[in-house]
Amino acid sequence: MTAVAEELQVLERASDARAAVLRMVACGSVDDGKSTLIGRMLAETDSVPIDQLEYARQTRRGGSTIPVGEVDYSLLTDGLEAEREQGITIDVAYRHMDLPSGRRVIIADAPGHEQYTRNMAVAASTADVAVLLVDAHRGLRPQTYRHLTVCALMGVTSIVVAVNKMDLIGYEQATFEELAGGVRAAAARLGIEEVQAIPVSAMSGANVIGGSEVMPWYDGGSVLDALVNWQPTEATGDGPFRLPVQMISRSSGNFRGYSGTVVSGSVRVGDPVVVADSGVKAKVDRIVTPDGDRPAATSGQAITLLLDREVDVTRGDLLCLDDSDQAQPADRFSADLVWIGEEPLAHGRSYLLYVGPRVVPATITAVRHRLDVVSGRHDAARVLEMNDIGRVELATDSPIPLDEYEVCRDTGGFLLVDRVTSDTVAAGLSQHAMRRAFNVTPHDYAVDRDSRIRLKGHRPKVVWLTGLSGAGKSTVADATVAMLHSQGVHTYVLDGDNVRTGLNRDLGFTPEDRAENVRRVAEVAKLMADAGLVVIVALVSPYRSDRRAARSIFEEGEFMEVFVDTPLAVAQERDPKGLYKKAAAGNLPNMTGVGQDYEPPERADVYLDGTAEVAESAGKLSQAVIEE
Amino acid sequence: MAEPQLSVREDSVLDALEAEAIHIFRETAAAFQNPVLLYSIGKDSSVLLQLAVKAFAPAPIPMPVMHIDTTWKFKEMIEFRDRRAKELGLDLRIATNHDAIADGVTPFTHGTHEYTRLMKTVALREGLDKYGFDAAIGGARRDEERSRAKERIFSLREPGHRWDARKQRPEFWRTANTRLSEGQTMRAFPISNWTEMDVWNYIRRENIDIVDLYYSRPRPVVNRDGVWIMVDDDRLPLQEGEEPQMRSVRFRTLGCYPLSGAVESEAADIDTLITEMGQSKISERAGRLIDGEGGSSMESKKAEGYF
Repeated sequence: MTAVAEELQVLERASDARAAVLRMVACGSVDDGKSTLIGRMLAETDSVPIDQLEYARQTRRGGSTIPVGEVDYSLLTDGLEAEREQGITIDVAYRHMDLPSGRRVIIADAPGHEQYTRNMAVAASTADVAVLLVDAHRGLRPQTYRHLTVCALMGVTSIVVAVNKMDLIGYEQATFEELAGGVRAAAARLGIEEVQAIPVSAMSGANVIGGSEVMPWYDGGSVLDALVNWQPTEATGDGPFRLPVQMISRSSGNFRGYSGTVVSGSVRVGDPVVVADSGVKAKVDRIVTPDGDRPAATSGQAITLLLDREVDVTRGDLLCLDDSDQAQPADRFSADLVWIGEEPLAHGRSYLLYVGPRVVPATITAVRHRLDVVSGRHDAARVLEMNDIGRVELATDSPIPLDEYEVCRDTGGFLLVDRVTSDTVAAGLSQHAMRRAFNVTPHDYAVDRDSRIRLKGHRPKVVWLTGLSGAGKSTVADATVAMLHSQGVHTYVLDGDNVRTGLNRDLGFTPEDRAENVRRVAEVAKLMADAGLVVIVALVSPYRSDRRAARSIFEEGEFMEVFVDTPLAVAQERDPKGLYKKAAAGNLPNMTGVGQDYEPPERADVYLDGTAEVAESAGKLSQAVIEE
Repeated sequence: MAEPQLSVREDSVLDALEAEAIHIFRETAAAFQNPVLLYSIGKDSSVLLQLAVKAFAPAPIPMPVMHIDTTWKFKEMIEFRDRRAKELGLDLRIATNHDAIADGVTPFTHGTHEYTRLMKTVALREGLDKYGFDAAIGGARRDEERSRAKERIFSLREPGHRWDARKQRPEFWRTANTRLSEGQTMRAFPISNWTEMDVWNYIRRENIDIVDLYYSRPRPVVNRDGVWIMVDDDRLPLQEGEEPQMRSVRFRTLGCYPLSGAVESEAADIDTLITEMGQSKISERAGRLIDGEGGSSMESKKAEGYF
């Protein structure tokens, strides 16, 4: 066989293996007929031992109207329900089903009402397909949206909607179409493209395994057909190559290989690879699979990679192809968290972040919002509690090449582990890196800060005006800039409200968002100062710690903190933007001075009385700028 | 109408399951200080050994192998164990509850539950403690029994090897939380997602050596409550009028011989065996006498530290 033919054969076999096992999550409650649907599929595909089938013929429980002797399908999967009655933990159960095509289906069944989000997230994390039950009789309910939201979040992009209990609504097409349309619309909003709706009666078996005579208007195939016809998405085979190194394999004859499972993409002997952590490059010398050396390997295979030279690789490192798709290390990330710990999220506490075989300490620096899983709304939140889902920012102690979850679940999904109890407290889905740590080496330019100072004839400066809303910061800034400008000073004003319409429009007014707002404005001011400008910042910036952090990035003498001191009563009286009125009506819970505290500077570089004449304040300030 | 069905080869399913199992083997070997592979000599253990060889090749299996010997195993099992250990160069450890033996504990005198607790559960706990193993790989499968359906791949044990349902960690993706607090240990199950049929198909595909007791041969047996028990040695007390007879029988699961029920069968080789298996659809543990004591017996045994 030629090398190319052998390579193709290897990749084809691995791709067959990916398609051979389908992981499915079943969403719905017993009330929707989920147990009956799964039970019927298991029984009719011969996936249940006959003694268990006999049990389901003879046992009757809780108001079942099925005559003894006939199979009560719901009993085939009820092990967990029985446990719930006994007070044993409700948990995800895994069951196997063999399709007539030979495909194996691993069904993750997430029961229970409490802890539902957590269990759903676990079950969906590895799922290729979600089968979502809708009760035709009762219509779309909040939990339908909850299921869709969690599926979308966890990356399940193929959804089979089983509109069940069609028998109860007389197999009516119009109702089915209406429900199917509702689910499709909701799924589309969440970015789920593949939705197949099937009218079903789990009780009578219509459209579960075979077709249905009672619904001649439907010819789209049964639930089982959908599972048979499923094909793995291209992303799992053709994605960027990722090999998280589980262990270093050493053997006689100088054998030194890197063992792990290819979680995305493919690799061939001779390919240039890079250790994403260090940027060190090498070529693939050998690919050892469980069946010996092969010319290529692809997603899903457990392999050992040998490189053409000695490189420093340890457990947890990530091997990528040396191309534009390689992962880049970073140490600050934006991520969605599914909080599963009993203790709520703690700001500033050091957790252990696990991603594949890698472990690194990490700290949550900010909570952006909490997701309302039913409405999809983003609610303001400071913490996340058990079963909450929310967007956070986190910082790792050292840079790691974390992918975006969308790119690869295994290198973009992570766990947060409590250092003391060793419990898993959250599952995280990386959204994007906020600061690339590596490959970003500051470049020294020939025209530098000093040459710009010489050209402009004055030193750059950042004048940071802090004070209540309505204190007069913008007004003073405006007048000061006018004075400085007329004297040939190059200026710019960074106004809080203006910045929030663009750069910071994703931020709200929680303490965490305010901290990020200040951080970004300070960084922009630093760039402008570096360009040689005198920057006037007009920003409420109510917290001392945020202002201190802003000052810390500037050189000594470059940052000037100015307190525009106006009594709250005066500011409320002025109320130029009508914000105090809204706050009084209870519409602005985070209003500084009302719902949140303002922490005045303990020692401002310049103090301005906010009730004084504007011209007087502006004169005092421009004088201070020019003098220094 | 639905599109034509796309057929999937049995080999492809095994490829996927094998890759997952190897991943779990490697993770356990690398993440824990002192892992051990539990070896029961049965078919699942034989598959585990093969997977371990493949996971670490060309390097040897990087962990010891431990057998919990109740001293009531079939003679053939012990011979097989010692032969395989030699062939594969295994670092074999054997754990036995000698105190219980000295106290006269046998399958006949103490009832199956108490016997299992002392000779298997206690012996396992003591064996793990003796060598300070912090992780033990076992061959449990989710299809074995209904309460196994929710078992984790990495199953946490509290101090004293206690299984606490509330402490079990949710499992996402391929990422496992392998961190242990003081006194905690881990059990890892690489073939969780395999079915009994997968095990047999893999044994055939990989040509794996298994104990001959799985194949049908004429053996001396007595019938007790409809179950064939093999008279493996003279320790089996015969009841009045009971006369061992030769029958062609095989065992579906292997354990202590007085507790293992045989089935009459013509399956003397792997192909016939698999065909026969495909026709019988009775759960595997139905032939194992130790599980017959109430629906939640597995749960309570696990809480005590059983596998």
